[in-house]
Amino acid sequence: MSDKRLTFKKRLHIIKHHYRGKKMAPAFNALHTFLFTPDETTHNGSHVRAADDLKRTMNTVIMALVPVLLFSMFNAGYQHYSAINGFPQDFSVMEHFLTWDNFWIGIVKVLPLVVVSYGIGLLVEFIFAVIKGHEVEEGYLVTGMLVPLIVPIDTPLWMLAVAVVFGVVIGKEVFGGTGMNILNPALTIRAFLFFAYPTWMSGDKVWVHGAVERAQEIADGANVDAISGETVLGFLAQNKGAEMSYSMWDAFWGFIPGSVGETPTFLILLGGLFLIFSKIASWRIMVSAVLGSLVMGLFFNQVVEWGWIGESSSFYGLMSFDFWKHLLVGGLAFGIVYMATDPVTGAQTNRGKWIYGFLIGFMSVMIRVFNPAYPEGVFLAILLMNVFAPTIDHYVIRGNVKRRMKRLKNATLLPKDSDQEAKELKAETV
Amino acid sequence: MALLSKKDTSLILDPLADNNPITIQVLGICSALAITAELKASLVMALAVVFVLGLGNVVISLMRNIIPSKIRIIVQLIVVAALVIIVDQVLKAYQYELSKTLAVFVGLIITNCIIMGRFEAFALANGPWRSFLDGIGNALGYGVILIIVGFFRELLGSGTLFGIPVLGDPIAKTGLYATGYENNGFMIIPPAALIVVGIIIWVQRSRNPALVEEN
Repeated sequence: MSDKRLTFKKRLHIIKHHYRGKKMAPAFNALHTFLFTPDETTHNGSHVRAADDLKRTMNTVIMALVPVLLFSMFNAGYQHYSAINGFPQDFSVMEHFLTWDNFWIGIVKVLPLVVVSYGIGLLVEFIFAVIKGHEVEEGYLVTGMLVPLIVPIDTPLWMLAVAVVFGVVIGKEVFGGTGMNILNPALTIRAFLFFAYPTWMSGDKVWVHGAVERAQEIADGANVDAISGETVLGFLAQNKGAEMSYSMWDAFWGFIPGSVGETPTFLILLGGLFLIFSKIASWRIMVSAVLGSLVMGLFFNQVVEWGWIGESSSFYGLMSFDFWKHLLVGGLAFGIVYMATDPVTGAQTNRGKWIYGFLIGFMSVMIRVFNPAYPEGVFLAILLMNVFAPTIDHYVIRGNVKRRMKRLKNATLLPKDSDQEAKELKAETV
Repeated sequence: MALLSKKDTSLILDPLADNNPITIQVLGICSALAITAELKASLVMALAVVFVLGLGNVVISLMRNIIPSKIRIIVQLIVVAALVIIVDQVLKAYQYELSKTLAVFVGLIITNCIIMGRFEAFALANGPWRSFLDGIGNALGYGVILIIVGFFRELLGSGTLFGIPVLGDPIAKTGLYATGYENNGFMIIPPAALIVVGIIIWVQRSRNPALVEEN
């Protein structure tokens, strides 16, 4: 009696062979390679043997996201009960945060988002693979995990499903599938939700489970004493920073309201370090994005210091927010670590990565401060820079070519007066 | 004798599908993006273009032998301008609200590439009857796409058709809205029209691969 897994694997293998060449083959192949290492090897030509194929790469990112997901499930309950009962005095993590009650809210509210995101997304991928007759692409594995983490907790599941279909089809499949997309699919989904259903995506009620219904009850005359569940950035955008009860430590650990998984800066930091050390994500993009946001934040702080912006200005709250705190609130940390570093949509050259990352941080903080309708700009900044990434790469490469041409010209290899030769060389290089 | 010969029929039918000005020639996109948020506006725009292009093609065709080729663009512009002003004035007189919705886009029919394109490509070289058919055909091809886009954008974006609620009342939560359905705000903004047109182009070309251009 060998163990059960082997027989299952064998059975899958038989099914796969049975369907080889048929329309449904890609669907079985995908299941097979997802669960097991493929037993086929290349038969001809030279090839590199490496442990990390696309699937393992994706799985590494998912591993980096699991702590964030678990935390967000507890936080969902914590925010929900705190909004009803008020924040606990002398807060202790074991007593008030890691409780079964909190986790139950997470299971009821967060897990369905994950299930719908994966279910619908993979369904679309399978359909396209069968129609186009190629193997199912792994691209959705990470997207499917990111999507539930960047939406408000009470997002209706059908809205999420519609957005996922839109994001996968228009954001990815029309460009030719995984690896060909211009925009990050997870952010395309987020942007679609934001523009299609703005009342569910912004405001002060959507970030805590049950807050929308509670507001309705209060409007109907119920005597409920509850905290609205405004985010830190929301408070600041209304110049109400003083009324906010969250400390910066809360923001660092993640005990604040916000999109499902964007709050735990500490865990995101750990995930980021994990991705850097496993060489999955680019540290250049992360570092330069942090730098960019700090520079923009410092500039706004300076503007307040110079007295160009008075306390009566509607920008005062966000502009006077200490520059380093921008990294702790909202989705900036999450966006930098998991979205900006997307190897497909980001810049490819090293110098390009510095520029790309810097501008993401810079724009995120700028949109945050100047967007009157929505005090968060990370997803817009990253999508914008996604569009510009190929242009940045283009000019970085042009710059390299130019520098090398100059070096060649100055080198003794080429006599300086032989213009003809230099011209020929230039024509070849360009 | 049939009213239309086979060749003449294809003048009208071709632009409706396999030689559609919007989805195949990709002309006249600007107005297709701008005014298709409502079905009524799409329909009126389509009718206006049918009028302008049908009549304009006849006029240009009649004058084709006396227009000096050096100034033909100016002559064509004058003809379109005259027809567009008629449409605009009629709308202002009988459909004032609608003319405000369409705003500047009625005037901008003048710049609609389809119109100048048909004048140049067809009316200058063909007789009035065939030019008339060609004008009507192309304008209808344009109008069909406008109406399809307008249908989806108004239905999904506002839950109405021709301004009449068909999915229930979003505020009182009746009909489909009782199940938690909500209007899709994305369909109201112009980028949505670009995506809907794109999807139409996609569907059309995958049904008929002969239409796919070589790269």
